[in-house]
This record gives sequence, C-alpha cells and structure tokens, in this order.
Amino acid sequence: MVQEDTITAIATAVGDGGIGIVRLSGAKAVETVEKIFRVSGKKSLSQIKSHVVTYGHIFDPRLGELVDEVLVVVMLAPRSYTKEDVVEIHCHGGAMTLRKILDLTLKAGARLAQPGEFTKRAFLNGRIDLSQAEAVIDVIRAKTDASLKMSVGHLTGVFSEKVIGLRHELLRLIAHLEAAIDFPEDDIDAIATEDVAQSVTGLLSEVENILATAQTGRILRDGLKTVIIGKPNVGKSSLLNALLREKRAIVTEIPGTTRDIIEEYSNFGGVPLRIVDTAGIRETTDIVERIGVEKTWEMLDKADIVLFIMDASVPLSDDDRKILALIKSRKAIVLVNKTDLPEVLERQQIIDLLPEKLIINISALKETGLDELAQAINQLVYSGQVELNEAAFVNNVRHVDIFEDVKYSFCEVINSINAGMSPDFLVIDLRMAWQKLGEITGETVDDDIIDQIFSQFCIGK
Amino acid sequence: MFMAGNFDVIVIGAGHAGCEAALAAARMGCKTLLATLNMDNIAMMPCNPAVGGPAKGHLVREIDALGGQMGLNTDKACIQIRMLNTGKGPAVHALRAQTDKKIYQSLMKETLENQQKLVVKQLLIERLVINDGQVCGIETENGENYNAKTVILATGTYLRGRIILGELSYEGGPNGQRAAMNLSDSLIKNGISLMRFKTGTPARVDRNTVDFNKMRIQPGDEQNHKFSFISDSDRREQIPCWLTYTNIQTHQIIRDNLYRAPLYMGIIEGTGPRYCPSIEDKVVRFAEKENHQLFVEPEGLNTTEMYVQGMSTSLPVEVQYAFLRTIPGLEQVEIMRPGYAIEYDCVDPLQLKPTLEFKNITGLFSAGQANGTSGYEEAAAQGLMAGINAALLVKNKPGLILGRSEAYIGVLIDDLVTKGTTEPYRMMTSRAEYRLVLRQDNADLRLTEKGRTIGLVDDYRYNRFINKKEAIESILKLLADTSVNPTPDNQAKMRAMNSAELRTGCSLFDLMRRTEINYTLLSSYFELPDIPDEVREQVEITIKYEGYIQKQLLEVERAVKLEAKLLPVNIDYDQLNGLALEARQKLGKIRPVSVGQAARISGVSPADISILLVYLEQQRRMETEK
Repeated sequence: MVQEDTITAIATAVGDGGIGIVRLSGAKAVETVEKIFRVSGKKSLSQIKSHVVTYGHIFDPRLGELVDEVLVVVMLAPRSYTKEDVVEIHCHGGAMTLRKILDLTLKAGARLAQPGEFTKRAFLNGRIDLSQAEAVIDVIRAKTDASLKMSVGHLTGVFSEKVIGLRHELLRLIAHLEAAIDFPEDDIDAIATEDVAQSVTGLLSEVENILATAQTGRILRDGLKTVIIGKPNVGKSSLLNALLREKRAIVTEIPGTTRDIIEEYSNFGGVPLRIVDTAGIRETTDIVERIGVEKTWEMLDKADIVLFIMDASVPLSDDDRKILALIKSRKAIVLVNKTDLPEVLERQQIIDLLPEKLIINISALKETGLDELAQAINQLVYSGQVELNEAAFVNNVRHVDIFEDVKYSFCEVINSINAGMSPDFLVIDLRMAWQKLGEITGETVDDDIIDQIFSQFCIGK
Repeated sequence: MFMAGNFDVIVIGAGHAGCEAALAAARMGCKTLLATLNMDNIAMMPCNPAVGGPAKGHLVREIDALGGQMGLNTDKACIQIRMLNTGKGPAVHALRAQTDKKIYQSLMKETLENQQKLVVKQLLIERLVINDGQVCGIETENGENYNAKTVILATGTYLRGRIILGELSYEGGPNGQRAAMNLSDSLIKNGISLMRFKTGTPARVDRNTVDFNKMRIQPGDEQNHKFSFISDSDRREQIPCWLTYTNIQTHQIIRDNLYRAPLYMGIIEGTGPRYCPSIEDKVVRFAEKENHQLFVEPEGLNTTEMYVQGMSTSLPVEVQYAFLRTIPGLEQVEIMRPGYAIEYDCVDPLQLKPTLEFKNITGLFSAGQANGTSGYEEAAAQGLMAGINAALLVKNKPGLILGRSEAYIGVLIDDLVTKGTTEPYRMMTSRAEYRLVLRQDNADLRLTEKGRTIGLVDDYRYNRFINKKEAIESILKLLADTSVNPTPDNQAKMRAMNSAELRTGCSLFDLMRRTEINYTLLSSYFELPDIPDEVREQVEITIKYEGYIQKQLLEVERAVKLEAKLLPVNIDYDQLNGLALEARQKLGKIRPVSVGQAARISGVSPADISILLVYLEQQRRMETEK
C-alpha cells in the first residue's frame, strides 16, 4: 500500500449535537493530533495505548489558547475503520468548536478529506467487504453531490465574484510571464519584477482580507465573545443592562462548554455580542478576588474582546493596575464610567500603562458614550476593511483551507522575488495559487493559460 | 497484384517525423521501409530555417538523448546558434539554431541511405491494407504491394493538401510538391476520423534586393552551443538575421485588401494556429498595434533566398509585393517564392494510444503533423516515439511511454491523446507542469538510460553519459564533504568573493547556495578540480535551485502514483455505476491507460477518480478470489 496523505474531517452530523467527532486517518494521524492535544501527566499521544479513551485538552499551538476539553481515541492500523492509523477527537458538539478543531488539524498538517474518502480508504485497504463495493461507490457519489450543492450554494454573489476576480488577475499575470518565456523574440513588453511584486502584494492583501472575513463570518454567526471586567461598584451591571437594552437585546441562556459560565446575547450596534460571565458581574463581587487571577486569565483567554470598566470618581487602585496589566496584550477597550460625577481618576496614568488602548468616556447610567463604544467595537472586529452587508464571507472550511494555501503561495512568490529568482520560478507558485482558487469555482484547466497568452499578445512568426 | 516486399515497419512520409521513425525502427533491428513522395525532398524544412527555441529546443535535446538524429543533424547544419531566455532561469533556457536547409536535408538523406536495415523509396501510397483490425501493408499508386507488421503514418501536410494563394488554389503539398489525394479515403474507410487544419508560410525574398542598412543586425552567440550531447564538431561560418518592422502604411495596404484574403473570404476551411497567425490576421486582431516586428533570416549558405519571419500570408502576390515594399529595408524587394496557406487532413489524435498506435487498428501508428501538431521538433519527437513503439511491437515488447514528469515528449503526446487538439499543436514550456525538472540541460540525465534500454543509445554515447553523470555526483559529494570553518583565512576569502563572512562552519555545498557564489569563483579560492562546463552547470543548478526542485519532485511523486494504476483496456464505462455522465462518455471515448491519465481528462472529477479506484480494487479482489 502506498503511503497516502493523512486526512481529516468532521465525522458527526452537521448541527449542534451534544458531542461531535473530528476524525483523522493516515500514517501521520497521531503525529498531527499530538501537535494540538495536551494530556495531563505529561504523556504524549504516541505513548498512549491504542483503543483507549484519553482525557485531555485541545489547544491552539500558535496562540497557546485552550480550545476545548476532549476525549481522544487512537486506533492504530490495522485495527481501525480505514485500516490506517485513526485518531478521533470527541469534543463538545457546538459547530464552532468542531470547526475550530478541524481547522487546527489542517494547520497541523492534515488534508481535508474528500467526500466519502474514509469509506473509500476503508474499501481500498480491504476493511470493507467486496460485496459492498457498489455501496461504497454510492457513498462517494452521494457525498460528492451533497458537498457540491453546498459549495454551489455558497458560490453566489460577492464571494464568487471575488474569487473569479482574483483568478482573472492571476491569469493575466501568469499569461504575461509565460508569454515572455515562451516567445522571447516576440514583441512582448517585458514585465518588471517590481510590477509582479506589486501585483502579488495586492493579491495577497485581498486574500488576507478574505481570510479575515472568515473570522468575521464566525463572529456574525456566533457572536463576539465579550468579557466585562472591573472592580465592584464601577458600574458593570449598569453597562450590562445598557448593552442588553440596546437594540432590543435577545437574551438567551445557553449552557456553555465549560460548566458554570452563563452567556448572554446582545446585538449591540450591529455586532452580535456574546457576553461571558455575566453572572459574576450581576452579583457585583470582585471577580479578580473571587475567582483568582488564574481563572481570570483563562476567561480573558477565551474573549474576543475585553471591556475594562473604571470609575472616574475614584483614583487608580492596585486592583486596577493588576487588571490593566492583564489586558495589555488583548483586544480591549478601557471604559471610564461615571463621567457625570467630578473626575478624580488620573487619565494619564492609564495612558502611560496602556498607550495603545482606546479609552472611552461613558455614563452607563445616563447611557452616554454608547454610540462611541459601538463604533469602537465595530472597528476592532472588522478592522475597517469589510463593509458589513457587502462582505464576501468565507465560512466554508474547505474554502478557508484553500485560501490559506493561496496565501502561502503568494508569500512564496514574494520570497522568490526578494531572493532574486527569475520569472519561471515565480510562475511556479502563481500557478499553484491559480489552480487552488480554481478548486473553489471548479475550473482548473491549464488550457486557459494558453488561451490567455494568445488573446493577450500578438505572437507569431 | 505485385508483391514488392515484406517489412517489419513501413513509414509513410520522409519529413521530420518519418525520418526519425524510420531510423529508430531500423536501429532497433527492424527491417524498415521509408516511403517518400520525392527522394529530393527528404527532411525538407518547408517553413522557417530554424530548429529549437523554447520547449522546441528541449524536445530536440530529448530526441538526442534517446538516440534520435535531429540534434546531431542540426549541429552540423547550423549557421547561427543562440541560447534564448538566458535571463529567465535554467528551466526555460532555450537553444535555437538557424540552419542551412539544404545541408540539413542532404545530411539526413545520407544518414538514412547508410542506415542498415533501412530502405528508402520514392512511392505514393494510395491505400492501407487492414484486415480484422490489424494493419498488413500498403498499396502504391503503381500497384506495388508491400506487406508490413506495422505501418507509421507520417504524412505531414500532404493528405489532401491544398495550396491557397489569393484567388488561386490548387491541390498540392508544400514547395510545389504533390499531395496524397487518395490515402485519406482509405483512412476514413477504416474508421479513422480526420480533422482539417491550415497553416501558412511567408514569402522568400532575394538577399540582393534587401537593404540591410535599414535593419537591425541579430547576430548569434559568441559561445558555441550544441544540441546533441555527443556533438563536438566545430561550427560553420555564422550568419546573422535582421530585424525590421511593419508600419501604418503596411497595415493600411493589408486592410484595403482584406476582401482578397482567403482567410476572410471563406476559402480557408481549416483551423489555423493561433501562435502563428498570418500578418492579415495580426492586423485585424491586434488593430491597435502600430507595428509588428519581422526577422529576415538566411535560408542557407549557398542561396540568396531569405525567409521573412512574421509575415506569413495567403494574400495575392501583388498585395504581398505592395505591403512588403512599405517595410524599411524591403523597399526594392524581389519575391523569389510567395507566401501561401496550406490546408490538409490530419488524424484526430484522441484515436491514439500513448504509444501513438491507433486504439482500433493494431500495428498502425501515426506521428507528426499528421497528428495535428506543427513544427519540425514536435514532428521529430513523435516520429521517434512511433518508430520506437512500432519496433517494440514487432519484438512483442511493451511500449515506451514517457511520463509528463520525464520529458516534454511525454507532455506532448499525453496532451494529444488525452485532450486532443483543435488547432495545430505547438509545444510550449508553459504546457509542462514540471518545467523545473524537465530542463534542456538535463535531458540526457533524464532519458539516456531509457534510450540505452531500448537499444538506441550506442556505447560511445552511453560512456560519455556515464562519465558526465559520475563527474556530477563526485563533485557534489566533494562540495558537501568539504567543510569551511570561520578561520581568519576563510573570512578573508569570503570578503574577497564579495560575500558575507561565515557565522559558523559550513560546507562548500552550502556556500554555493549563495547567489553571488558559483563554482568558478569558488574554485579560485578553494582547491577544486577543473570540470567541464556541462558538469559545472548541473552542479550549480542542483545546488542553487534545490528547494524549488524538491518541491516539484514532491508533486511528481504524487502524480506518479496515479500513473502507476493501470486501467484495463476492456472496461465498460457504461456499466460502471456512480460515474457522472460526462465522465462516463469521455472515459469511454478516450479510454485512458492509467488512472493518472483519466484524471487529466476535462470533465472527469476527483469523485469519478475515487470511483475508478474502488472499481479497480473490486476487480483485483475478484481476481484473487477466483
């Protein structure tokens, strides 16, 4: 049997089930999961016995962030569904968590499975009985058709225009470089390396924007995880109430992935907020003291945005400094509340400690400064690069995966340019990017490049 | 019936495809007949007097590495040599030679006539003899019958050839040759489907009427390059080409006379090549361009005829005169032969296996322009492969199929038999997805062993190859084994080489990765042996582009896995459940030999490929259970 890629996919039905499974198969399945899985007791995954359930945590190795607590089962070849090494990650069922974990396995080196690929491998490796060959073919066909329908549904409007636009620009660039290579004595304006660099830099930033919408798309779907933090009596509950009242808040109670956190949902100035640990805030106890600094860290780690609220009528305290230090490296906004009272707080002290953070004056009670806050949150979330309604959101994992590859190819082109490489080297990665994008629209025919050369340039002897 | 002889291989046509095919078959020990319409026109170059260029030069080197003739011949007939694209990276460096057409022809004729086991005859073939899907021989216009185990069609542009020149049109081949008017019918009767293509050529003008003072000289390279890996011969006198431009006046004359252009009068039915448009086509399609360049090239040493590259046309002769005389340097020009267009029948290559044998007719092969390609090099490459495969068939051995990652020849043939073509197909480097490994400089390293295995590489070539290969390996090893430590002495050397000082110890191999350092520079500071240029070139490319090459080799490795999964010839795709309709139809028509080839057919999706794999496994298990 030839060594195949290690593949990964969400194995459970789409939708919010109680438990979800991400499954990997292939020679590097264990190695891949090892990069994102922590077991207590310092054991590594490869030391764990086959067919035994192991408790641990999935984390994002780049951010060092915890993602979910999970159960992992390793099933070594040949005692598995595909007769290859298989690893299953059983996690909390939310669609979000599953996608995040799937994404991490991709970044750790696995390839997204084609529709029906696990079944195909199971058959090719002799796990499935010959009599079921027809059934295997049906599975592949059905899953392909289903996934095609889904991606066609996704390929409407702005998003597909974006992809087609990117491909078109790439095609022109490739055709120009190729024409000059294949017809060196024809009248083709030489394309300067600086121009290639400029074009590719432009394309790269477009791809990065699209990838940024992957994040935005998630936020629009799931809400922006927001943590309100501050000392007792600074006005946390007033702020919460103001946020919830704003634009007819939809309030739901959803038991989250961790035991005792209750979340509140609010649509605040066009941004859906998922406000975390509001229970603690309502009791107006000092959360830093109550749950300890360590727990606060953990909570802050999960936040997309931190709102730190301070009282303008009292001077800066040690607790404030502690919190300021905690939020220094996070997406955070400092809110100075009670600005309707005489000001005692020395603002310059905050600026000295956190020179890069936005400071907004509000009065939660009188509901002033909330528009500014909404605008600031918007700015942080969308980084000013995406118009909300026109956005070409990419939220299909396969597409995100492709865009990541395209981004990588563009970076390679730029590296090659910086290393002084000649045009034919640049074309290698440009073509790779062009082909990858074609996988989204379903067009990867190389002949297009040849057609483009002949329509763009007058060539011939 | 006059039985005139028995052969293993009969080649119809002695152009560039036919010559290579006949030589390969005879050299592999087959009794071979090469049939030509005219003994004086063997290996004729009816279009430009040049061999090589991007991708085409690559093909010539591959032909040479496999033991073909074109490279050797071109080296001997060369009157100007240039390496093109030198600023663009090693993969697309392209050797191009201007040749003396007559010298090329007489050298090839001499080679053919002196080849053992090969007979050359002037014959016009009227009919193929095919019984029960097996080719048996040929019949000539004079009623001669030749029996053959295999026949190779290398009919070029001669099948129902028609010359078109303004209002004039007549049956004929290029350069006043006869056309083969009846063979097409014989092919059609045997179920072969034909296409109709068109191509064209510019006027030849008299050197004595050209004012070169108004043109820019285009000399060849100072350095002497060779196509063949075993050519050592000195070079002939080098002759320059000349560059000049059309202008608004030229274009106006062409526009005014478009109504007389066969291309726009509907006289031409065949599909012409986009990369080689006639000047009238250029003026219409790129109307905004105020000038087009043209090269005036010598046709040979002992002739005053010159080829006007870039001015292919089928406009009437008087119009040709009018527009040529608007061009700087051609004001007084005399045309010796006018430009013309030619239409011809060719085989739809989708009917062929990757060995170039017809799928439905055992022993019948087709090669060259007859398969819908254009260019001497493309023709020669296919001729060589058809000759090899016909000989292998005669010997009952499996065919030789070159992969897309092994040779441009592989790309060329795979494109033809997998995708077909809708215009005369020209090889371009951009058609090769593994361009970085398919370089012209390493064609011998890629293919000599294969040529040796089939018996086309003689001891002389093989020994030269082995010596070169060993030299490359030993130098690479030496460089990797020689470490350089950051001693004051070595740091001084680094400074002298204009390179950054060493931070840690490294090998000479590592040093060579630096852009500014090459073998020659390195050997003036460190003790290294003198090596031939061809060895130095391989060593430098291997080291400097290692990362990129590795990346491409990884892709190759993936692709090769699917190439190795062979599809049985007798699959009934209609019975194969789960295939999408389009895939089913295309697979049924093209009948790919491997899953890899199937995957390259447009309309066959990854899901269809998965289904094919499942089917193959199902068959395999059913076999083993039996």
